[in-house]
Amino acid sequence: MTQNTIKDQAKFNVVIIDTGCANLSSVRFAIERLGYSVAVSRDADVLRNADKLFLPGVGTAQEAMKNLADRELIDLVKSLTQPVLGICLGMQLLAEFSAEGNVATLGLISGSIDPMPSKGVRLPHMGWNQIEPQQDHPLFKDIPSGSYFYFVHSYALAVGGDTIATCTHGAPFTAAVNRNNFYGVQFHPERSSKAGAQLIKNFLEM
Amino acid sequence: MLAKRIIPCLDVKDGKVVKGVKFRNHELIGDIVPLAKRYAEEGADELVFYDITASADERVVDKSWVSRVAEVIDIPFCVAGGIKSEEDAARILEYGADKVSINSPALADPSLINRLAAKFGVQCIVIGIDSYFDEDTEEYKVYQFTGDETRTQVTKWTTFEWIKEVQKRGAGEIVLNVMNQDGVRGGYDTVQLSKARKICNIPLIASGGAGEMSHFNTVFKEADVDGALAASVFHKQVINIGELKEYLRDQDVEIRT
Repeated sequence: MTQNTIKDQAKFNVVIIDTGCANLSSVRFAIERLGYSVAVSRDADVLRNADKLFLPGVGTAQEAMKNLADRELIDLVKSLTQPVLGICLGMQLLAEFSAEGNVATLGLISGSIDPMPSKGVRLPHMGWNQIEPQQDHPLFKDIPSGSYFYFVHSYALAVGGDTIATCTHGAPFTAAVNRNNFYGVQFHPERSSKAGAQLIKNFLEM
Repeated sequence: MLAKRIIPCLDVKDGKVVKGVKFRNHELIGDIVPLAKRYAEEGADELVFYDITASADERVVDKSWVSRVAEVIDIPFCVAGGIKSEEDAARILEYGADKVSINSPALADPSLINRLAAKFGVQCIVIGIDSYFDEDTEEYKVYQFTGDETRTQVTKWTTFEWIKEVQKRGAGEIVLNVMNQDGVRGGYDTVQLSKARKICNIPLIASGGAGEMSHFNTVFKEADVDGALAASVFHKQVINIGELKEYLRDQDVEIRT
């Protein structure tokens, strides 16, 4: 596989969907550190013309869905056909329903978001934990099983049909999902050191 | 399994990294960005920046350095100091910080914790607690405005009552700093931290007293804290973070490789 040159990267349209959430800039910086330029936008034309899109999120599912609705982004995101990577709450929004505020979410991957079981463990699940990715999934190219990623969350998606990586905190849960062109990671690749940078690179080169 | 976190703390004053002994006599350590980058490369799991001028001074503090840190750092970091409102917190998070830590303003108005947790989610709301063991009364008490010696004052809260209160109000993590131990490198106060651990169901970070590698091993094993924070031993290169993590792995502490 050939490496993208800086010139190719310049022509490549990477867009962070401007959801109004607060951690947009850390995702942007992580993409820029890989040599890509990136736009932050909620403009329909910009989103439709992107090669790759990121759906970031911090805060609560309820507030994030309200932001998406206010910005008329719900139908637009659903209609995207290019690869989209949801990060943390952004991943959770791809599911069907979130118990955090009892709100219907985008329904682009199967399953619902529920509180993590607190038996025997402390919540939020905050810190570095190991993941078990599905063998040979391109999102986890050159990322060995047992790699540490940075997590911060109290709600999670149970392991299901769209799960492509798992993690365990008290009970196993979905660390990464994929259905069709929609990808999601529960952890923060932009804050997961070298393994996180590799994952973002894999997504951009897929 | 969730790894125990090693967290260098950088005390920031006027845009530079400083370090004091028992919160006093601050000496200049260096520029923020190169030091933050060095720690990340050495294997730090997270960074905390305390703007120690901010809560004590009434002036508006320039926080643009947060954005410069976010540009180069690929591990999580938390900013503390002078965050008094939702607007202050929003600005810091927009600059690229992952968490905000609130100390004196939460003591002045505890409802700030509820409002911040509702707006940004509990996971990015850290409560910093400066605790002092009074040998006369044998009580741990919470102190306020510790960034400025002339304004430092004891509050009505005992440390353990405040730990319970902030959890009720939506704190996502607690950094418990033991003022008696700060900067003297005699080891973490595992007695206090063990007591705190029993009533703390959210992540708990030990702060104050690290002097040698065995202190980290002891605090993880005896107090079961989620992370250990230290400043001077890392600044002065008494302990190298990479070597510390290797040592802790040998002691069977769960550590990120």
